Amino acid sequence: MKDVRADERDTTMNDVKIETKGVQVYYGENHAIKDVSLAIKDKTVTAFIGPSGCGKSTFLRCLNRMNDTIDIARIEGEISIDGEDIYDPRVDPVQLRAKVGMVFQKPNPFPKSIFDNVAYGPKIHGLASNKAELDEIVETSLRRAAIWDEVKDRLQAPGTGLSGGQQQRLCIARAVATSPEVLLMDEPCSALDPIATAQVEELISELRTRYSVVIVTHSMQQAARVSQKTAFFHLGDMVEYGETDDIFTNPQDPRTEKYITGRIG
Amino acid sequence: MTAIPDTPSRPSSILEADARTRKRNAAEKRFRMYGLGAIFVGLTALVLLLTSILMQGLPAFQQSYVTLEVPLLEDTLDPSGERNIDDIAGVISFGYNGLIEQAVEDAIETQGIEIEGLDDPAEIVSNQAAAQVRRFVLANPERIGTSETFRFLTTSRVDQYYKGQVTMASAERDSQISPQQLQLAEALAEAGLLEQSFNWNFVTQPDASDQRPEAAGLGVAILGSAYMMLIVLCLALPIGVAASIYLEEFAPTNRITDIIEVNISNLAAVPSIVFGILGLAIFINFAGLPQSAPIVGGLVLTLMTLPTIIISTRASLKSVPPSIRDAALGVGASKMQAVFHHVLPLAGPGILTGTIIGLAQALGETAPLLLIGMVAFVTEYPDAPPEGFFDPATALPVQVYNWTQRADPAFAERASGAIIVLLVFLAIMNITAILLRRRFERRW
Amino acid sequence: MSVFWILVILVGLAIVGFALGRRRAIGSAGGDPKTLHSRPNYYGVGVALAALIPSLALLAIWLFVQPLYIDAQVATQIADAAIPEGSTRGLMMGDIERLAAGFDQLESRGLMTPEEIAALGPDDDIRGRLGEVGLALGSNVSAETLDAARTFRSLSATGGILMTVAVLLAGAAGFAINLARVHHSKRARNQVESVILALLLAAACIAILTTAGIVLSMLFESINFFRQYPITEFFFGLQWAPNFRGNSDLGIIPLLWGTLYISLIALLVAVPIGLFSAIYLSEYAGRRMRAIAKPLIEVLAGIPTIVYGLFALLVVGPMLRDYFAQPLGLGNSGSSVMTAGLVMGIMLIPFVSSLSDDIISAVPQSMRDGSLGLGATKAETIRQVVVPAALPGIVGAILLAASRAIGETMIVVLGAGAAARLSLNPFEAMTTVTVKIVSQLTGDTNFASPETLVAFALGLTLFVITLGLNVFALFIVRRYREQYD
Repeated sequence: MKDVRADERDTTMNDVKIETKGVQVYYGENHAIKDVSLAIKDKTVTAFIGPSGCGKSTFLRCLNRMNDTIDIARIEGEISIDGEDIYDPRVDPVQLRAKVGMVFQKPNPFPKSIFDNVAYGPKIHGLASNKAELDEIVETSLRRAAIWDEVKDRLQAPGTGLSGGQQQRLCIARAVATSPEVLLMDEPCSALDPIATAQVEELISELRTRYSVVIVTHSMQQAARVSQKTAFFHLGDMVEYGETDDIFTNPQDPRTEKYITGRIG
Repeated sequence: MTAIPDTPSRPSSILEADARTRKRNAAEKRFRMYGLGAIFVGLTALVLLLTSILMQGLPAFQQSYVTLEVPLLEDTLDPSGERNIDDIAGVISFGYNGLIEQAVEDAIETQGIEIEGLDDPAEIVSNQAAAQVRRFVLANPERIGTSETFRFLTTSRVDQYYKGQVTMASAERDSQISPQQLQLAEALAEAGLLEQSFNWNFVTQPDASDQRPEAAGLGVAILGSAYMMLIVLCLALPIGVAASIYLEEFAPTNRITDIIEVNISNLAAVPSIVFGILGLAIFINFAGLPQSAPIVGGLVLTLMTLPTIIISTRASLKSVPPSIRDAALGVGASKMQAVFHHVLPLAGPGILTGTIIGLAQALGETAPLLLIGMVAFVTEYPDAPPEGFFDPATALPVQVYNWTQRADPAFAERASGAIIVLLVFLAIMNITAILLRRRFERRW
Repeated sequence: MSVFWILVILVGLAIVGFALGRRRAIGSAGGDPKTLHSRPNYYGVGVALAALIPSLALLAIWLFVQPLYIDAQVATQIADAAIPEGSTRGLMMGDIERLAAGFDQLESRGLMTPEEIAALGPDDDIRGRLGEVGLALGSNVSAETLDAARTFRSLSATGGILMTVAVLLAGAAGFAINLARVHHSKRARNQVESVILALLLAAACIAILTTAGIVLSMLFESINFFRQYPITEFFFGLQWAPNFRGNSDLGIIPLLWGTLYISLIALLVAVPIGLFSAIYLSEYAGRRMRAIAKPLIEVLAGIPTIVYGLFALLVVGPMLRDYFAQPLGLGNSGSSVMTAGLVMGIMLIPFVSSLSDDIISAVPQSMRDGSLGLGATKAETIRQVVVPAALPGIVGAILLAASRAIGETMIVVLGAGAAARLSLNPFEAMTTVTVKIVSQLTGDTNFASPETLVAFALGLTLFVITLGLNVFALFIVRRYREQYD
């Protein structure tokens, strides 16, 4: 895997997909994110790392406005995708989220069949005009999530009956099915065993050929394995952002170094 | 692999909503409106229910009274002139009717009222009047021969006339009142002899017969309900708390415990009328307790309230954290001591709240009481407890039912009035429960 | 001596026992409570409990058995020949008991001396004398009845004296034995605690006793009923026409039809309104709105059903009649299936909404996040993810509401009417199982006739239906809760 990544290391030529400028997030009285500015590139895996409670998940949820569902969250600053401000009043979060998909920490398949889980997004967004197209989207998505071979014979079985790793890949397939441009992953492997984790990590590496992937992880090894760019968060600040290899081998900020060497976190 | 188009079919800009999104957002708005509409309907129903009851029932607290000077004629009341109380008591209420008639005619004369075609002017006074005068005379026999001023209830027809339920036109067709009698009432009102005032008797007096709706009151019903609540409190609270303590703190996980638990949750959902059948079959037919007695009502309501109290008590016991029990056991208390010295006092406010809510439920319960004979027509107050528990009585909600079954429309107003009294009691109980909960609510 | 005074004496005994037990314990420890096995109060409570529990248990059993025994004794005294034509032994026993009670009344009010009562013969005006104390006898008193009533009274009197003696002896014995055993090394606390535990268990078993009482009381009378009336005609008969001279048609079908029709309308009102309210309150409403609207809707649940009944009778019934039924030519009755159904629906709104609210809140937030994260609107999320996920629970809630509707009495008594009818017109008056239970068991009832006994069969049917619904609903809800725990 390491050698595969070696020739994909060059990400500078990809253009910027998401750009944030001076983002502040408040949870009630709590200042959760302090002035974060960064540019996330297309067709790249970007990892957010940092000790728990550092705000990396909060920041991730700003990128597709999932924080809207929390009453007390307040966001300032600017976040734009393809140059369009996502907090512009004209933006419908529903459309935004179709473009910026999300995979959650705990696998959360709906209590429906595997097929219906994946078909849910295309159905609500009207991506398929007939049953054949829908079948095709479902199959493609399951293939892209590298789970097709395991479930193709039991598409009508409930999604909740799969193992944890399969459930998470099903959730990835579900997110892929709405043909997003960005995939946000909030610690997607934290509830999985090592084998399932390896499968999902492999999948993430494949996904970057089509999508801009942003992954929050508490595991530095995982960030090193799957990402090209890494941002380190600490107590709501984004401390350092750069090429993954640079961050891990030659951190600029003493806090990053302390975290990487295991002295904070 | 057939690909999903890598360039999505949706518009590239997120700043403009496409047609489908607009449609979906409209559906969203509609869905929201359904929800809001449902809440609106629910609240409207509540408002309609309460206002209609209030509108119909509030007049029951106002009653028309007529003030008359009644000559207590010696030859009618005490022909022998010996003031022998037994002789005076020998004149039954019926014998006093002439005096009332006389009093009304006197009033017409002194006020100079002239109404053409006026028959039976005394009909505007309640049938209750004769009994009222008789009671006075028996208490004050020395007044015989003088004349006394009395404040009588008018008949319900005159009263309803002032409340807008009886009109001149309806009086035309009514055998119990004539338009001329209503004119007489108007004339007496002008002279200041007939007026409306607050009617305490409605709350304190016992029920009255079909012919005297104006005199019917809630006294016996309130007393009966109070007795039953007392019985429910004295039985359901200790038994319910004991059962909850056993189930929550001591019960081993076995078959018997399971059966008891399933039993309790099912009992909570058994239709109340089934408890009435139980009361009738076991307490009255088998155990031979008297019908219509608060003791039977109290027992039936106790059995009905027990599951409610047990469920809420168990919830309060459960909310006391195990660390409290551990702390007590850790200093060498027995399990029983840990529960009675620490857990129970901490759960106390919750238990009390649950008990009050259970009592409120029991207070409003009607159906089982119908079956154990509490619909009876009772005009005598029950004695003081404990003997009074075995005397016939009615209960507030049953009195409401009873009055709805009477022919005279004036009883509808009284039924609604009784509901107001019932709701006031319920409101007091529930507000007490809420305040208790607020005051003692403890977050662990 | 009356039961009340026996109780007073026993309580007094217990209090004395507490004090003595406590003092004796301290005494046996040489005045130093620290050397006692248990705190002194436990010794006192032990003596008090020993004085109370056996004696009270004896009292309860005695009160239960004595009437049965006396009845049996007196009943054997009446020869078969002495039972008049058209009467039964049971009816005669009723007369005898009433006669005995009347004599007691006359004596206690001082209207007659015991000697006068003893001198009464069948030719004296016994009915008239009893009338003075407000007791009406059905027929003249025969010599046999009078004799039996005398036996009844003497047996009762002896029984009363025996009971007083036995109960007080039991109390004193418990008191004395326990007090004598008080000793500083006695494990008083453990003994008291095991007695208390037994009492707690007994309290918990009252629930079982209640259920047993319900089932047995209805079962026995139902069996009596089915001895007189064929069971198939009861369950499949299409006619309900009780007739107190006999020859009644007592088919349950029209009553069940009315019950189910009204419940259906009630659910059609309550389920959409309740469910949508719950959805709005749990998914959309802000904290402020929730804090106001939720308790207000729950006020509907705290209103007694008689209030709803009156609302149906005075407001909804006339309104439906004047604005719908009569203009549409569908009938002119204020009480109708529609009236009762609508009002019952209102009553069930809070029931459905608060149960659904709990169930919807139990759907994990991650489900909603998953759906919203895919770009679903809130409504789509609720309709396609939350509600399907909560469906088993919601179905359970609806079944519980249905069981409520079927067992509801006062609304239908006042709103539905009394005529048993098999009809589809919702503006017609129909009747329900519960209404008929009330009408057959109130007023003058004769517990030997099928017209009265049918109420027990109706009650049993009602109990079985609602119990089935409840058990099934609770099972579904519990399974559902476990899924997300």
